[in-house]
Amino acid sequence: MTVESVSHKTSIGAQRPPGLNGVVADWASDQRSFKSASWGKAMMWIFLVSDTFIFSCFLISYMTVRMSTTVPWPNASEIFALDIGGRKIPLILIAIMTFDLITSSGTMAIAVNCAYARQRKKAALMMLATAFFGATFVGMQAFEWTTLIREGVRPWGNPFGAAQFGSCFFMITGFHGFHVSMGVLFLLIIARAVWRGDYDRAKPGFFTGRKGRYEIVEIMGLYWHFVDLVWVFIFAFFYLW
Amino acid sequence: MTALTHASPTSTRGASGAGVHGQQHPIGLYLLVWGLLFILSACSYLVDYFDFHGELRWGLIILFMLLKAGLIVAVFMHMAWERLALVAAILVPPLAVLVFVATMALEGDYTRFTRSAFFAPTAVESHAVEH
Repeated sequence: MTVESVSHKTSIGAQRPPGLNGVVADWASDQRSFKSASWGKAMMWIFLVSDTFIFSCFLISYMTVRMSTTVPWPNASEIFALDIGGRKIPLILIAIMTFDLITSSGTMAIAVNCAYARQRKKAALMMLATAFFGATFVGMQAFEWTTLIREGVRPWGNPFGAAQFGSCFFMITGFHGFHVSMGVLFLLIIARAVWRGDYDRAKPGFFTGRKGRYEIVEIMGLYWHFVDLVWVFIFAFFYLW
Repeated sequence: MTALTHASPTSTRGASGAGVHGQQHPIGLYLLVWGLLFILSACSYLVDYFDFHGELRWGLIILFMLLKAGLIVAVFMHMAWERLALVAAILVPPLAVLVFVATMALEGDYTRFTRSAFFAPTAVESHAVEH
């Protein structure tokens, strides 16, 4: 515990009580509540909470239509199987997409670390790697959509079973894929700024007069990890269930 | 515990209140979590590959899903190092979703019951065969 208090001397948390007393102290009186998070970070978190509700609504409506249909639900394990070397491996494309997205999360975490260490070239390269894995994910999703559309899956029906399968699939994976695409775009913009050393010179970003800081990499990372987090739930509920 | 309370060189804004709590943690920790996520994903894929069924399947899927989500939020998104005021503000509201899930599960059950009873007499049999 002594090590802890010494190491926290310089940070905001040092003078403030921990635990539940800390929650009360942070929220009480006229002051900002989130002591350990900057404006940008708190706002990104609040955006992500609202996004959580959006994806929750999608997954809950999927649950409701799947429970209420009297027609058997299509078997995702077979639909998303691929022929590799003459053998049909169930759900393999989705597994590869999952590993791809986890890999991108790992490179993003390392990019955040490098950015705070002021290793801007390394941080930018790690962000580019993250964007590459993200773009690969979207590519595989495009392949998946093409295959299913060729097989006759439509939002209003499909040859495998319950008609609601198509609308749930396109809505949920489409919205997630859109998040990944926007994330890739955002990653490229921030990576460019990091590479040029904008944040060493505190150059403001677009739409703001505030000084640019390397914290933007961490905020970008929050969004990217959230996209991975949503995929964890889609993978479990839509593909495996 | 010392690994979790790693001091951050960027948090030098002083005690004025506008401080930025830079989150810098050992890369080894990230690599460990990365590896764990790979293993957990492989495990949840194997649940499908070995074609487990029933409560075993659902239990394992939910278990691996929650472990993965927990690791991502706690370490990659740095929730483990934030103050409890922020953690509570972010993680407590989504729990209300569970109430929504419960009400919609009731609704879904009821809808299937009425559909089976009034619209699709043959579908009742096919449903019974399916499960």
